[in-house]
Amino acid sequence: MKKEITFTLNNEEVIVEVDPKWTLIHLLREVLELTGTKEGCGVGECGACTVIVDGEAVNSCLYPVMEVEGKTVATIEGVALPDGTLHPIQQAFIENNGVQCGYCTSGMIMSAKALLDKKSDPTEDEIRTGISGNICRCTGYVQIVESIQLAAERMKK
Amino acid sequence: MKAYDYHKPHTVKEAIDIMGGLENAKYIAGGTDVMVLLRQGKINPANLVSLRNVAEISRIDTQNGIRIGAGVTHTQIANNEFIREHYSALADGAGVVGSKQIRNVATIGGNICNAAPSADTACPLLVLDAEAVIAGKSGERQVPVDDFIVGPSQVALEKGELVTGFVIPAFGDRTGSAYIKHARRLAMDLPILGIAVRATVKIGGAQAACRDAFKLTDVSDIVKRLEAEGLVLEDVRVAMSVVAPRPVRARKAEEAAKGKTISEKVLEELGEIAASESKPRDSFRGEAWYRRDMVKVLTKRALLKSIERMTGASSMVAPSRLW
Repeated sequence: MKKEITFTLNNEEVIVEVDPKWTLIHLLREVLELTGTKEGCGVGECGACTVIVDGEAVNSCLYPVMEVEGKTVATIEGVALPDGTLHPIQQAFIENNGVQCGYCTSGMIMSAKALLDKKSDPTEDEIRTGISGNICRCTGYVQIVESIQLAAERMKK
Repeated sequence: MKAYDYHKPHTVKEAIDIMGGLENAKYIAGGTDVMVLLRQGKINPANLVSLRNVAEISRIDTQNGIRIGAGVTHTQIANNEFIREHYSALADGAGVVGSKQIRNVATIGGNICNAAPSADTACPLLVLDAEAVIAGKSGERQVPVDDFIVGPSQVALEKGELVTGFVIPAFGDRTGSAYIKHARRLAMDLPILGIAVRATVKIGGAQAACRDAFKLTDVSDIVKRLEAEGLVLEDVRVAMSVVAPRPVRARKAEEAAKGKTISEKVLEELGEIAASESKPRDSFRGEAWYRRDMVKVLTKRALLKSIERMTGASSMVAPSRLW
């Protein structure tokens, strides 16, 4: 029952055979071997699997793979520049201790990116709402929020 | 998880036709409920019929009130300026569902058809006198949302039918509404209690004076000022979630409010009556006595918030202070 779908993944066109029952995260991790996207709860509660589809942060564990057809998907692997230069959000997370165990980090960064792509100067409330679907069990969020604020400042310049 | 086939119709008619020709099929919209049920093995359809690509149900049309397509996402509703201004309770409800990621894909049609006792858009639709537009093989029909939601996970849909949208009348500029979700966390949590209110009022004195009343810091001072301005509750709707198997209206409280001039005593009474109409249960989120007590508190807050918005004192959707 495999079907072929075409979509844009991190700025590259991808044609891939999928099983209709897969989720987007299954395709990313198990087939395309992009394991930067993490699966936490698998039911949309934790946000570890957050990717950006057509500009919006979504839980890839709840996203039917068949809906990816024709869409533009961005994962953590496509956030840094091809030469390895980190994105300002990634750099800020490192400098500001926004990372501890790291499991939530890909999702946090994707949620932060979806927010900053839309709004370059978010308030702290908007940042907290932006990452409201991402659970971190290490840091208590303060460093994460500060990392996003730092990134926003740098990206404006 | 069992294998299933995935269908992607582009029109309502196509969706209904595909559904009609399939065995063991289920509609899927944003998928934030369906995908979870699939993973948990609670449903095992052989076919999913996706409504995500049906453009005609993904629009918001603002002629003669409003028509909101069933496929409109919670993010779109919460960000829509027209809804924020004229149907604030619905923007409130849509803005507090799940998380950002969930709201980006979850649809209002899905929230209502999933018919959870805690659905955050249900109470707002009830107080806004919304009707569900239902399409089926034999055409279209309209049912008040109050009759459409039957019980937990139960709605008044015949086989093959689907909800295409919701219509809400225009209320004019003497109406305000609000929804308050009472939960432990601000995100990814179901409410302990949800209360929506819509209030249409008549002001004996000056609207500007009522608006200024909301600059006061003490709630009882605000109510006294409104009372002094002769603010009459012409038409009030109250809806409560998580106090019954389905979101319900507090009809006795609505009836009691009619024609009353606002006062502390009237607000207390309305809260008491609404609480007497609630039938909450003990659950791990909250005990019944607590929920019943909070019905009183939140009914009053949501009513005042509705009036605050009506006077133009605050265009903010999120309650800017704790009423």
